[in-house]
Amino acid sequence: MSCPIPGEVRPLAEDDPALQLRQILNEEGEADAGAVAALGLGRQELLRLYRGMLLIRVMDERLMSLQRQGRIGFYGEARGQEATIIGTAAALGERDYIVPALREAGAAIFRGLPLRLYIAQILGNANDVCKGHQMPCHPGTRAARYVTMSSCVGTQLPHATGMAYAMRLTGDEAIVVGYLGDGATAQADFHVALNFAGVWRVPVVFVCQNNQWAISTPVTLQSAAPTLAHRAVAYGMPWARVDGNDVLACYAVMREARMRALAGGGPTFIEALTYRMGAHSSSDDPSRYRDESVTEAWRSKDPLRRVERLLERMGILDAAGVAALRASLDDEVRETVAAEEQVGPPPLRSLVEDVFHAVPPHLEEQLAELLPLSRQPVGARTHG
Amino acid sequence: MPVWNIIQAVNDALRVEMRRDPRVVVMGEDVGKFGGVFRATSGLQEEFGVERVFDTPLSEGGIIGTAIGMALYGLRPVPEIQFADFIFPAFDQIVNELAKFRYRSGGEYPCKVVIRTPYGGGIRGGHYHSQSPEAYFAHTPGLKVVIPSNPYDAKGLLIAAIRDEDPVLFLEPKRVYRAARGEVPEGDYTVPLGQAKVVREGQGVTVLCYGAMVHTVMEAVDKQGAAEYDPEVIDLRTLVPLDTEAVLGSVRKTGRVVIVYEAPKTCGYGAELAALIAEKALLHLEAPIARVAGLDTPFPYTLELEYLPSPERIARAIANTARF
Repeated sequence: MSCPIPGEVRPLAEDDPALQLRQILNEEGEADAGAVAALGLGRQELLRLYRGMLLIRVMDERLMSLQRQGRIGFYGEARGQEATIIGTAAALGERDYIVPALREAGAAIFRGLPLRLYIAQILGNANDVCKGHQMPCHPGTRAARYVTMSSCVGTQLPHATGMAYAMRLTGDEAIVVGYLGDGATAQADFHVALNFAGVWRVPVVFVCQNNQWAISTPVTLQSAAPTLAHRAVAYGMPWARVDGNDVLACYAVMREARMRALAGGGPTFIEALTYRMGAHSSSDDPSRYRDESVTEAWRSKDPLRRVERLLERMGILDAAGVAALRASLDDEVRETVAAEEQVGPPPLRSLVEDVFHAVPPHLEEQLAELLPLSRQPVGARTHG
Repeated sequence: MPVWNIIQAVNDALRVEMRRDPRVVVMGEDVGKFGGVFRATSGLQEEFGVERVFDTPLSEGGIIGTAIGMALYGLRPVPEIQFADFIFPAFDQIVNELAKFRYRSGGEYPCKVVIRTPYGGGIRGGHYHSQSPEAYFAHTPGLKVVIPSNPYDAKGLLIAAIRDEDPVLFLEPKRVYRAARGEVPEGDYTVPLGQAKVVREGQGVTVLCYGAMVHTVMEAVDKQGAAEYDPEVIDLRTLVPLDTEAVLGSVRKTGRVVIVYEAPKTCGYGAELAALIAEKALLHLEAPIARVAGLDTPFPYTLELEYLPSPERIARAIANTARF
């Protein structure tokens, strides 16, 4: 008897139906016209999806470059995952909430978070809604119904379940989508969130962006289940596996899950299979731990190129149109960065704000100790 | 005016707030039909229904994590953690999420949760039904920490905690859950957070305490001869925010201080009180600051009364400090 090798437990045959992915737009950018029409997306809506995806791509390129130049402290790009982010977000209603993980900022912008506020958050300047309290890539506003995340993996998922409970209790016609990565499926909070959601049958959809890497750890070391979607079975909830690089399929499964949730059918787990084309973050170097020939192979599944081919075939946007849109988005990002870089840091007082509803006396006192006024002999102080 | 114990007072506070504010929900392990293992939520599900008073799956991290989500959407959940000893699976959710939501979102996402949990020793509960974890949470910016010692304060502080805009950890001294009885007004009143109470006025020695230890200190005063030293006994009632002026005012008056808490001595809340007094009232002191606390051991089963600050140990500390 030999000891099983971690990560090599694969009980299902490769042709098992459970391993098949929902797909509408294939890797060549071809789609059944009827299947596309059934989504009810008009030409402007398709263009809007593409624009949302392209903005992520352009923004990631620009901001990663700024990070390399030392102009921002940290960046976590979403390159390769644009279809999952925009496809699922596009299926949401205005009153729905997003409880995000690291790579969904594109969804926030798609839903109305002004680009300048996202850039301000990354710079931590005085325009930043969270007043420089958090590191880059942690945006959040009420207006965009996009909750501010922590950096802890998976902790947001019980929040999504609880929020969905509150929506049902208050009778609101809305759902919550909780995003996670493949690594988060190993967390206790993943179990907690899905278990509570299953028992309560609340209107929440969990979208797992399985990009196959948690920093250097492959998804095969996160779970011995045949697929991550199998995990949902034990929580008594429906699941879907989808080609995460197909924006139309992501839209379709999210729309179905949302309708089910609104109809009282409870939670759904979606596993979107994609690939992290870049590093985990600007602090990471994937060439040290993974075979980049696999990454190269995933280039042929690029989510943007598929949509470009579809749009071209439908006569919505040709190659020149793509180039022009790319240039205009790039200008928008450059100009926004340039403007926000002129803005100074938040005021010193912001250090002690928002810890509590009001700044308590002990924090007023600690703040005062930072001021030049406090550089006086201890005997001159009023305390004691 | 009815004479109630702390459990009845807590129950009534929840009832008053649930009647007044439809955003208030009560959740936790066995809090529904059963009314909680200490009966603190008894009858609430009957009055407010299973949507507002509900049993959760058995997971403290899940209770707090989902309560946070409810609060983000505008509810005012009051989750119960069955014993404070079981709060640690929720530690990450409390420390990294609940306490930091307002700050990390620049005020966009305040997170109003009141966590109720029975704490403390003296009930023959061993390691895992006896601990006093207040210092972990008092150390966490963004949380308020409230500990009543009697029924009147329990009701008034809990109502104030639910109405407060910040997350609150509400620790209930289970050793005196039923033993501490007193008159409790019916209906609506609050005891403001951040105000200590002078339980016994005196000129000789300031004694700082909270929760069940208030009763042990009073036993030391009334039955172990410590009254001879004319102690001033202060029930802090709220650890965060601390009523600094009440503490320092008393210490400046008496020049002597004994701090009593049942958690392990090292880095306990009393260490912070001692540091505060040393920083701001050192030149008023006539004697070293004394701490009477639990030992730096896990909480024992058989010898728990030896572990806990006893009336005798407290009386001795008061005498030594007074005579120094």
